[in-house]
Amino acid sequence: MEGWDPNTKSTLTHIPLLTTKAGPRDGAAWTLRLKEEYKALIAYTQMNKSNDNDWFRISAANPEGTRWTGKCWYVHNLLKYEFDLQFDIPVTYPSTAPELELPQLDGKTQKMYRGGKICLTVHFKPLWAKNRFIYIFNLSSGEELSQNKAHFGLCLFHGNVSEKISKLLFSSPRFGIAHALCLGLAPWLAAEVPVLVDSGMIKHKDDATSSSTET
Amino acid sequence: MEAELKELLHDIEALDQSLTDSSHRASIDKLRSHVERLTSLGKSGPIRRLKVQDMSAEVVDSNPYSRLMALQRMGIVKNYEKIREFSVAIVGVGGVGSVAAEMLTRCGIGRLLLYDYDKVELANMNRLFFRPEQAGMTKTDAAVQTLSDINPDVFLESYTLNITTVQGFETFVSSLKNKSFCPSKEGSGVDLVLSCVDNYEARMAVNQACNELNQTWMESGVSEDAVSGHIQLLIPGESACFACAPPLFIILFSISVLFFLSLNIKYVYHKWRCDTYLSPLPPFGLGCGIGVDERTLKREGVCAASLPTTMGVVAGLLVQNTLKFLLNFGNVSPYLGYNSLKDYFPTMQMKPNPQCSNVACLKRQVITLTACGNDKFYLQKEYILAMPARDAALRAKMEAEDLPATEGPLHADNEWNISVLGDNELDSIDAASSDVLPEGLVRELPSADEPQKLPTLEAPLTYIDDLEDLRRQLDALNSN
Ligand SMILES: [Zn+2]
Repeated sequence: MEGWDPNTKSTLTHIPLLTTKAGPRDGAAWTLRLKEEYKALIAYTQMNKSNDNDWFRISAANPEGTRWTGKCWYVHNLLKYEFDLQFDIPVTYPSTAPELELPQLDGKTQKMYRGGKICLTVHFKPLWAKNRFIYIFNLSSGEELSQNKAHFGLCLFHGNVSEKISKLLFSSPRFGIAHALCLGLAPWLAAEVPVLVDSGMIKHKDDATSSSTET
Repeated sequence: MEAELKELLHDIEALDQSLTDSSHRASIDKLRSHVERLTSLGKSGPIRRLKVQDMSAEVVDSNPYSRLMALQRMGIVKNYEKIREFSVAIVGVGGVGSVAAEMLTRCGIGRLLLYDYDKVELANMNRLFFRPEQAGMTKTDAAVQTLSDINPDVFLESYTLNITTVQGFETFVSSLKNKSFCPSKEGSGVDLVLSCVDNYEARMAVNQACNELNQTWMESGVSEDAVSGHIQLLIPGESACFACAPPLFIILFSISVLFFLSLNIKYVYHKWRCDTYLSPLPPFGLGCGIGVDERTLKREGVCAASLPTTMGVVAGLLVQNTLKFLLNFGNVSPYLGYNSLKDYFPTMQMKPNPQCSNVACLKRQVITLTACGNDKFYLQKEYILAMPARDAALRAKMEAEDLPATEGPLHADNEWNISVLGDNELDSIDAASSDVLPEGLVRELPSADEPQKLPTLEAPLTYIDDLEDLRRQLDALNSN
């Protein structure tokens, strides 16, 4: 798991995983799922606040909990850059991850699809598909881990993942919205905002308005 | 304009007659013929052909179907005219979907349903079908404009929506169910759904709809490096659904092999490729003797490539398979890959996965296995039947919480006997159902880690919280 910083790793292990596999068309099961989503979001927000790492606000924009809106921000060179955040829960959720949108950045970076959907393709969607992340963490012995990794990689290479191995490494609990924010949006902001600022694509709100108003 | 040209011609005549010097005659003649050509061009204008009542095999220049009806004379197709009874839904009117729509329109398909939420952009002009002056129009409107000009006989329906949203999906499903075009036909309101989308989410939505409607569909895709593609036939319950197995990806001789092996898994069907900010996965590829360090593969945001050739080839393969399927000739390919670098066309067949995470797929599988009545599939069927155990656990959770158990579409068949097979039995199913991939094909994503372990009694699940309470708790956190 080299590449992920230790903070993300430890944060992730503290966000509750979700056990109800239900999407917005699943009636009462979706209500159960929604509760789990809330619990995970509450836990994650609380954790961020207590670690002095508060970085988003999100709440359901409709009673069904299928549309979510809010804000997220990132601090770069001691300046805070804030963006609107929105997404729909896809009809095939949780088989497919929510597509997080930052509409204000639409067209400003290539790492975005139309409508301001951030690109999660490489760094997040495979994790969502598999939740492999968790289990690689949870395996205690490093040696066992590397063996399993090698074996699993080989299996994938040959295109026939052994069911036994995938069972060994992974089991059922699942990611939810909070995990998508932690593993999808946070690293995206960390990678993109500095580039957007340095290239002048986005300006700090104080800079943008300094000529006419005071902060 | 016509009157002005006439006047100009008149002036030229007058000039011609007033001139005594014949040395200018040649240039005056040239001028005259130029004006005459302009006049005839102006008159020809755009003509919309009229609708044709019956497809005729008559070989005359004015018959738009003579070459198609000749397929009957050649003994390829028994009854070509039947094409007018078919409805085909095309999801995604992009580089592949628009071309497929044009091909079917030219073939005289009865009815086309088009779905897309995007607009035409100048960046699309390296592909076929759309014209620069259509930039800014919705793809569905632009397609209807062009297609109705090409063949007014085709009934066109267009839907500007995103099928992955709850609302878009509902409209999508109900449009597929509308049987008004051919009420006497069995099944849903369309004969085939063609998925021509460029992302995993939309494919999963098409897969969901088709599994629920028991609708046969074909999937198509072009790799982001623009040099390979595939088409796949999906018959719910009979062949692997899109959720049964991770999508396949031809790696042979493609640069993608490097990315695949180092990043291990990735989506290839995207318009834009982003670089890897962080490598979330251990470098599996290193163990495979490729020796590529993933860190060297980090790239700055690179735009996905696309070629009109590859997209045209894939659209051609897709519509060819569609015609064979609808008009019942030749062999319909269950899977056909295309790697343009080596002109490699792998084919294969994929059986459904009895551990598929899609409940609608499992229901189709059981129906299929029951219909074939073969004892050989007993174990497999039993295994699938055990899947509602998960639903039962869910219901137990709901009862614990005093919620009415829903009898929604996904939980309607909960009366199956619940039994869970041991690991050994599972292994034998794996052996029976595992599909050997042809050389050069690999799975693009890992298999989903189903079946899920059922919640055990040691960890009782309690849901005492009220949704409104939770919402208020989050709001409170959000407000400071
Ligand atoms: Zn399936």
